[in-house]
Amino acid sequence: MIELRGLCKTFPGERGPFIALDHVDITVNDGDIYGVIGMSGAGKSTLVRCINLLERPSEGKVLIDGADMTALSPKELREKRRSISMIFQQFNLLMQRTCLKNICFPMEIAGVPREKAKKRALELLELVGLPDKADAYPAQLSGGQKQRIAIARALASDPKVLLCDEATSALDPTTTRSILRLIRDINQRLGITVIIITHEMAVVEEICSHVAILDHGKVMETGSVEEVFSNPKTEAGRRLVYPDGVIPEQLQTARVVRIAFNGGTAYHPLIASLAIDCGVKVNILGADTKNINGQAFGTMLIGLPENDAEAAKAVAYIKSQPNVTMEEVHDYHG
Amino acid sequence: MAEFLAALGPDAAEEVTYLLDNVPFAIWETLYSTVLATLLAYLIGLPLGVLLVVGEEGGVLPLPRPVMTVLNVVVNLLRSVPFLILMVVVFPLSRLLLGTSIGTKATVVPLFIAAFPFVARLVEASIREMDRGVIEAAESMGCSPLQIITKVILPECVPSLLTGFATAFVTILSYGAMSGAIGGGGLGAMALNRGYTRHQNIVLWGAVILLVILVQIFQTIGTRTSVRMDRRINKQSRRKGRQQAKGKIDRDKRVPPGAM
Ligand SMILES: Nc1ncnc2c1ncn2[C@@H]1O[C@H](COP(=O)(O)OP(=O)(O)OP(=O)(O)O)[C@@H](O)[C@H]1O
Ligand SMILES: [Mg+2]
Repeated sequence: MIELRGLCKTFPGERGPFIALDHVDITVNDGDIYGVIGMSGAGKSTLVRCINLLERPSEGKVLIDGADMTALSPKELREKRRSISMIFQQFNLLMQRTCLKNICFPMEIAGVPREKAKKRALELLELVGLPDKADAYPAQLSGGQKQRIAIARALASDPKVLLCDEATSALDPTTTRSILRLIRDINQRLGITVIIITHEMAVVEEICSHVAILDHGKVMETGSVEEVFSNPKTEAGRRLVYPDGVIPEQLQTARVVRIAFNGGTAYHPLIASLAIDCGVKVNILGADTKNINGQAFGTMLIGLPENDAEAAKAVAYIKSQPNVTMEEVHDYHG
Repeated sequence: MAEFLAALGPDAAEEVTYLLDNVPFAIWETLYSTVLATLLAYLIGLPLGVLLVVGEEGGVLPLPRPVMTVLNVVVNLLRSVPFLILMVVVFPLSRLLLGTSIGTKATVVPLFIAAFPFVARLVEASIREMDRGVIEAAESMGCSPLQIITKVILPECVPSLLTGFATAFVTILSYGAMSGAIGGGGLGAMALNRGYTRHQNIVLWGAVILLVILVQIFQTIGTRTSVRMDRRINKQSRRKGRQQAKGKIDRDKRVPPGAM
């Protein structure tokens, strides 16, 4: 279990101290995939760097299984860090080492015998789906492949926690999904607790079980993804969850649902076929979707018909679509 | 041939003979003093250059601020003294260390003292270029400061350090040539003492051309090695990789869907 208790981080600045984190309280249970989402500059990276103490908190506690990280000696801290791996947006692989040697690196510094380390590294290459890249150098790989190697390297020390700081932000949507699938696989197979930092709703929606919304260094909302996303209670939450340009006051519809597209059919056909197949007309209240290689990503807010039977039909139809998740938005008017 | 030589000057034939007789030894002296001074300069300059970066506030191995100030001042001070003056000043030290203050061996001492601060700055510049993220990743894995220096910083900087090494070597070689002015040996001494002082133009230009050729050779070797060692831009291995990929398309079938 990871507990952040009253975590504060202040950076000295030219115009007085800058508060990057302001009394953050978060609890992550073992086996969770916990998302931290927020706008750029919200303090997400600072937050995750405080967990393994790459950044030393100005105030507050970082408890891992009840033990306070801030109280450890440098040597104990290095020991502890081996059980908390981290992956980065820019991959941060050693460019002058082969992939195999990169994966061996954490074991090398921990003093694992070379043969044993190599054997384990080959297993990990297999796990991340790149068994033939052992002797390739990182410069010879695509972004997605680099992140897979970084993940394999992160797993080499048998960590209990995996921290991901914008791990998919440098990747295209399709590659993002495959990396996220790999992370979920690792979480389920190896029982590793995952903390994912992102500014993309789609990432949280895709794999997180819990989410915290961070805004200007403060945690605005926490809870299960369903809870928070179907009913955002704060302004910051609404700004993230609802597509741009939706003005709640304009909505007079009784029931509103939010649809998230995770790379399936494009959204126009969905709405069109809803009308053709079910004879139900829905109202698009707002949409923020991207069409990439014929696949739709993003979210859309639609108003269901007043008629309960028609609304139920529409809901059933949308739910039956692949790569689409749907949540009913309660209390949309805030 | 004889006419051509006569046209160059009254003592042309004699000069050519002198050049041919003495060049091999002069080259040997030049290389020997340059190599020795470069190695000694790296012995001190490499760790010093590393310290200049990692010892900073917020670095991998922060050192007390006064220590850093002293290191920087010493480096700057030594770098600001003109080499000829440094050589004269260092004479007594050469005598103390080697028992002599003339000859090729003696020039190694001032060369080394002039070169190590320069080397330290070259090393410093190489290391500063490095991506901070990789160091951070190593820290997050529980690397100790010493492990970060020896297993991350130095290996990752090898190509850039090699480029710096070639620069240092060539610079020390040309500094060494100056030492001819005050009793050193080698090609520089030949050009100055024989060629310039005695107006033997053939000796002068012969020695200078040889120096130019030496510089060209070492610079080229240095640059080529650096490029060849660099795994970020290794075209050859990339080409090889591509060929392998072409030959083994069926292997890709083992990669699960979704893997790129
Ligand atoms: N070392 C530092 N010194 C001063 N200010 C800093 C430092 N690191 C971060 N900050 C400030 O703290 C705030 C939060 O930064 P942080 O990197 O945590 O944001 P983020 O949420 O990760 O943003 P992004 O999505 O752009 O990565 C920013 O305003 C940033 O300018
Ligand atoms: Mg960030």
